[in-house]
Amino acid sequence: MSKSDLTRRGVLRAGAAGLATPTIFSGAVWAASHSGFTNAPEGGSVTLGFNVPQTGPYADEGADELRAYELAVEHLNGGGDGGMIPTFSSKTLDGTGILGKKVEYVTGDTQTKSDAARASAKSMIEKDGAIMITGGSSSGVAVAVQGLCQEAGVIFMAGLTHSNDTTGKDRKANGFRHFFNGYMSGAALAPVLANAYGTDRKAYHLTADYTWGWTQQESIQASTEALGWSTVQNVLTPLAATDFSSYIAPVLQTDADVLVLNHYGGNMVNSLTNAVQFGLKDKIVNGKQFEIVVPLYSRLMARGAGANVKGIFGSTNWHWSLPDEGSQAFTRSFGTKYGFPPSQAAHTCYTQTLLYADAVNRAGSFNPCAVAEALEGFEFDGLGNGPTLYRAEDHQCFKDVLVVKGKENPTSEFDLLEIVEITPVSQVTYPPDHPMFGGAEASLGSCNPGA
Amino acid sequence: MLGLATKDFVLLLVVAVLCLFAPVLLNPFPETSDLAQFNAGYPDLMQRFVIFGIFAIGFNILFGLTGYLSFGHAAFLGVGSYSVVWMFKLLNYNIVPGLLLSLVVSGLFALAIGYVSLRRSGIYFSILTLAFAQMSFALAYSVLTPITNGETGLQVYGNDPQYLQGDSAPNIPHLFGMTMRATETVEFGPWLWQFNAGYYFCAVVMLIAFYLAIRIFRSPFGMMLRAVKSNQQRMRYTGLNPRPYTLAAFVISGMYAGLAGGLMASMDPLAGAERMQWTASGEVVLMTILGGTGTLIGPVLGAGLIKYLENILSKINDNILHQWFAFMPDGLEDFLVAIVHPFIGKGWHLTLGLVFMAVVIFLPGGLVEGGQRIGRLFGRKKPAEAEAKAAAKTPAE
Repeated sequence: MSKSDLTRRGVLRAGAAGLATPTIFSGAVWAASHSGFTNAPEGGSVTLGFNVPQTGPYADEGADELRAYELAVEHLNGGGDGGMIPTFSSKTLDGTGILGKKVEYVTGDTQTKSDAARASAKSMIEKDGAIMITGGSSSGVAVAVQGLCQEAGVIFMAGLTHSNDTTGKDRKANGFRHFFNGYMSGAALAPVLANAYGTDRKAYHLTADYTWGWTQQESIQASTEALGWSTVQNVLTPLAATDFSSYIAPVLQTDADVLVLNHYGGNMVNSLTNAVQFGLKDKIVNGKQFEIVVPLYSRLMARGAGANVKGIFGSTNWHWSLPDEGSQAFTRSFGTKYGFPPSQAAHTCYTQTLLYADAVNRAGSFNPCAVAEALEGFEFDGLGNGPTLYRAEDHQCFKDVLVVKGKENPTSEFDLLEIVEITPVSQVTYPPDHPMFGGAEASLGSCNPGA
Repeated sequence: MLGLATKDFVLLLVVAVLCLFAPVLLNPFPETSDLAQFNAGYPDLMQRFVIFGIFAIGFNILFGLTGYLSFGHAAFLGVGSYSVVWMFKLLNYNIVPGLLLSLVVSGLFALAIGYVSLRRSGIYFSILTLAFAQMSFALAYSVLTPITNGETGLQVYGNDPQYLQGDSAPNIPHLFGMTMRATETVEFGPWLWQFNAGYYFCAVVMLIAFYLAIRIFRSPFGMMLRAVKSNQQRMRYTGLNPRPYTLAAFVISGMYAGLAGGLMASMDPLAGAERMQWTASGEVVLMTILGGTGTLIGPVLGAGLIKYLENILSKINDNILHQWFAFMPDGLEDFLVAIVHPFIGKGWHLTLGLVFMAVVIFLPGGLVEGGQRIGRLFGRKKPAEAEAKAAAKTPAE
């Protein structure tokens, strides 16, 4: 073939040409020309990044989250009826955007995969100049994107993420969560279950095999066992699974009399349907009626599962039928715009957007460190959950938790859940160094403004 | 030059120049215009272009030369990523040990899988590799969670040992102190160019990988691989054993994939199990076929096209469409948005499918064939045009 001239001189020359280029870029990091933090907004507008699952098992939740974000942006910019802005206890939002800058947004698809979610968030930060990333409908994704935002130096306002890890062992200084978590679900749900089903039950767990499933299962097991239940077995199922028959059949071979489905979204719809098809709800085991529990409930899932949800207990962060002023205002403006009531995913995303906007206004700066400081220890009301605290130690919101049950006689296709109990915040509060939340080792680290 | 024929050297040089100026070339539209949506010159996407370029170049060494269609190359990609993140967790954030380990581990992994799979050829080989890859995916996803952290993805935590991490060393992936995230932003009028250290590192690695691929293509070894593709029987009758050659090609292309996976984790320190899923294996097959199987530059072009569609098209939403068509009357605007809607956002797969079908039907040789046809078109047209002009001039005078 061709003759080789791979001499020492030739290699050196080529090497110098190739390597000289990158070394000059070791200096300034990120957006160098701006004022001290990543993507500082210039001009009259500010860009937020809405990163939600548009495909995959949580696509329904993602679609509803996106609707809520669009509504929040409309309200922040002074459109519509203002939603929860008038009922919000902090009065800095006046319909002129955030700090007088018009709010714009970009959207992305997380595909319910950590990789895709990070790629999408990265392009929002690097290409579109997003100052804040919010969204997620899977804790795996939320944890991954939260880590990215910490490195990149932007604020992450978690959407629907229920894993203890998000504000537990994976907590980050730049990340904030309004939604409740697995521990809170367990603490709220266990007493209600003990009341309804007795204290000598044997539970069989089917658990989605990722951070959320693991921590929720751990929480439910701990709080039910504290009340006298025993746990027969815990079986992990892949998130991508769509048919759970092979996981349900073995339940019949055990002496378990309660099935706990630690599944969410499309997973829960399928596993519950499978369980009902196998006749679990009509079974009598140990002389007791067999029961199914779905610890994390949402109206979207209830709608997907249809009549199968009747009489099944679960917990939820928020429900549109709550009578307080904030919830009613939000349900009204969401319903007017889209023609149906919002889900809990929509509510938490809308709330997070408002909370971020308000924190920026109060801090007087978009600097992530200033915003974080404004959110830490912030107490507010009027956003649908009653008085709420953003705890400074782990960036988790503390508020009442709803225990709900599938309605026996639904009056409409949206009226599927009834509220059984509103568990007061004191009952679901835990210390920041709780062993389920990473123990004493877990730390937020320090806030990262990027530049 | 560098042991290459002039034509190949020119190709390498062209690729090098394209890589060097990619931040400028990929941002052709000013930031303020509506078309800025189509700009691809931001670090994350440019890194993806070159990383998947490496992946596709490696795949092409196996598929393009020997004709063995592997449906399991994503497994090596994933193994490479996990290696790098583990090195981050155990040693420090310097990317060099991780990348070396990813080469070694993916090479060994490819040796094991190749040794078994290459006992069969054709469709049986494809199915075997697919089975191995799905097995690796299932292992990473649920069985080996202590090593892979399952669905959540392997990440570096504050309480990881990081035995070699110095106090002054950056807390993000770096190459001897130069962080992969470091970006120099240059504003040139309305244009914004981002020169990113991580991208240039990947680009240099890709150029080396590309150079090695050219050498392999032009070597006697490459000739042997082509012989395997054209007729294995005949090769055996002439007294040559094809197995060592195919196994070597399989291991080399597995190492390319491992390197690509390692680079992905070096740019963004997280390794997810879905990197090993069969869809990722299928993607690299698409890239190679789309660009042009068996050509040098084809797979890189295919990788670029797919990553571009994935990242740019999937981010266009209805809101943006309404902005574009805002100048039209309301009814027509909504109609056009409704027509375009299925092809953007989450529908980008549909667009990719149509592009793929069009390429396979009209350009069986991939994008490279398209380029050649255009080249030929111009080559022929020039004299014809000149004649036509001359003919047109004569009567006028």
